Amino acid sequence: MENEKLHRSRRDFVKQSTMLAGGIVAMPLMSNAGYFQSVDDTIKVAVIGCGGRGTGAAMQALSTKQNVKLVAMADAFRDRLDNSYKALMDGDEGDVKERVAVTEETKFVGFDAYKKVIPLADVVIIATPPGFRPIHFEEAISQGKHVFMEKPVATDPAGVKKVLEVAEIAKKKKLNVIVGLQRHYQTSYRELYKRVQDGMIGDITSGQVYWNSDGVWVRPRQAGQTEMEYQMRNWYYFNWLCGDHITEQHIHNLDVMNWFKGAYPVKAQGLGGRQVRNGKEYGEIYDHHFVEFTYADGSIMNSQCRHIKGTYSIVDEMMVGTKGTVKCGAAEISSKGKTLFKFDKAKENEPYQNEHDELFAAIAKGEYKFADAENGARSTLTSIIGRMATYSGQIIEWDKTLNSGISIQPQKYAWDAPPPVLPDANGFYPIATPGVTKYFS
Amino acid sequence: MVPIRSGSFTIGSPANEDGRDEDEAPQKKVQVSGFWMGEKEVSFGEWDTFFKNMEVPQTKDISVDAVSRPTAQYIDLTWGMGRDDRHPTNSMSQQAALMYCKWLYDKTGVFYRLPTEAEWEYACRAGTQTATPFGNDARSLEAYGYFKGNSEGKFHKTASLKPNGWGLYDMLGNLSEWTLDQYQTDAYAKLPSDAKDPLVAPGSKYPKVVRGGSYLDNAEELRCANRIASSASWNKRDPQIPKSKWWLTDGMFVGFRLVRPGKAPTKAEIEKFFESYLK
Repeated sequence: MENEKLHRSRRDFVKQSTMLAGGIVAMPLMSNAGYFQSVDDTIKVAVIGCGGRGTGAAMQALSTKQNVKLVAMADAFRDRLDNSYKALMDGDEGDVKERVAVTEETKFVGFDAYKKVIPLADVVIIATPPGFRPIHFEEAISQGKHVFMEKPVATDPAGVKKVLEVAEIAKKKKLNVIVGLQRHYQTSYRELYKRVQDGMIGDITSGQVYWNSDGVWVRPRQAGQTEMEYQMRNWYYFNWLCGDHITEQHIHNLDVMNWFKGAYPVKAQGLGGRQVRNGKEYGEIYDHHFVEFTYADGSIMNSQCRHIKGTYSIVDEMMVGTKGTVKCGAAEISSKGKTLFKFDKAKENEPYQNEHDELFAAIAKGEYKFADAENGARSTLTSIIGRMATYSGQIIEWDKTLNSGISIQPQKYAWDAPPPVLPDANGFYPIATPGVTKYFS
Repeated sequence: MVPIRSGSFTIGSPANEDGRDEDEAPQKKVQVSGFWMGEKEVSFGEWDTFFKNMEVPQTKDISVDAVSRPTAQYIDLTWGMGRDDRHPTNSMSQQAALMYCKWLYDKTGVFYRLPTEAEWEYACRAGTQTATPFGNDARSLEAYGYFKGNSEGKFHKTASLKPNGWGLYDMLGNLSEWTLDQYQTDAYAKLPSDAKDPLVAPGSKYPKVVRGGSYLDNAEELRCANRIASSASWNKRDPQIPKSKWWLTDGMFVGFRLVRPGKAPTKAEIEKFFESYLK
């Protein structure tokens, strides 16, 4: 880091000396540490979790107007880290390589890599599979760092509870925290939200939210992998890592209704299963969930999420109020067939970039503006009670779940340690069964 | 497919054409060899014989070494506009469209590809020199092409409106269509007079040329001569790096149609063609 500072100061020095037209300005300044610190506005970033999203988030952080440098990278796997580093240096997707100041000495791999990169940074990007989010977030906040972390922020009730506790500490320390529920940073959603707040649709009484799609990637088992390594590679299909797609993806849509409603559900009940995507390579998660969430005032959110190829595809939210309807995908508010507001999509922004633009602008000005962790945790819990409802076939209550202490994390994070779910002799994993699976007696 | 006879035409637009951009100048005489052209934009019905063909491996990367299928879409990239067999297939990268061509070639032994800019404009003009093949009056467009004024914000089933004089539907409007050319602002300035089958060879990922304008565009974008340059912003909402090689998260207005050269290239030429685009 010392070298990097020197490099930057030299640049400033050159700039100054040309301005002073003569370059007599003095070499002695070069040894004045105090001077260097006062002009060094570098914001140092570390990324934990170098997959597609972590790399994307790093790219966005490095594409902000502020003087941001990526100084350290952490991943469980060396090859994932190398691919990420290469993508950042290649400049195929944007030129940020001059802002990448990661060296061999600041690349860390393994389960404890996060502990080594956090001290090197001012801002930490946390983008590992969500099961790790609570411990990474806790460490970053305890070391006084600002945080950008991806959604969801946990995969089980104990993790949510932890994130809520750490969120309180972050507030006390005035550390900015942004959670990658990017619709909060998307212009069309903000414009709709503002109008719903102003009463354009009255009180929200019900909503429908959807993430129905073909599903995502699968990473086949490789010879020589321990069970832990296999699950870490094919993480989407294991709940301790992913939380099922109702948590990992559909949280976006659940969160929108919570946001617009200004409340969180008190209970959930629903149905689901794995009818089509039921091979062993799909671990233990369901391929569909249909959940009815109830809010304290009796309003209902109906939620559908499905990962089945060749089926009707829709990712959207719509909410009905006493005076009108808001459709988020169409970015339109209407009443009795009459359009009250329609957002001009030509004015849409790039929400993933905007999250970082706003975060780094605040940090550079020394402002404390973002405290997303609490909502991130509560929207995560929304998705988790939904999953527990479909898995058990029972009504799952919010308060009881939050305080249940239920954890699905492994006892130990190590390549030779057993993950919390193990395959049978044929390679199939135990699957939650409604009517049999029980969370509360 | 519709046969398009060889011939010559004037590429580009005159300075007094409404909505004309500098990249459409200078106008040049161009010769085009004969070819067949899809009368419609490629539909979901056609695309799905490839995209949903379970025998073809799905890969993240695109390589000339093997025919492969696009990865699953995380979200519906028709954005609710419809996915009937007759709707035009949309939101794919130029390379994805070319992999469809390679798959077709492997399946049928017949070489199909995207049109060049010159072929596309020649076919769109259908022997006319006006802004659209239906004249210079934007109002006449409504019967022939879907643009902002008549699309209700979405694409429509192919061939729902009237074709141009050579029997080609939706050349202007509905979806903008991929061509083979790398985009250069001064492409025509560099053209020799009477150039035969001109093509700007593939270079960087961006920009490449799409033609025709779409359901999202104003009428003045739906002109035979209009050239639209692709950009990284057509994938701005893809949160992953590297971004999808197959899909455009913000290119819902892009599709393609096929051409088949009148004189089939040799096997070696076909291989060289795919190598130069699918690398």
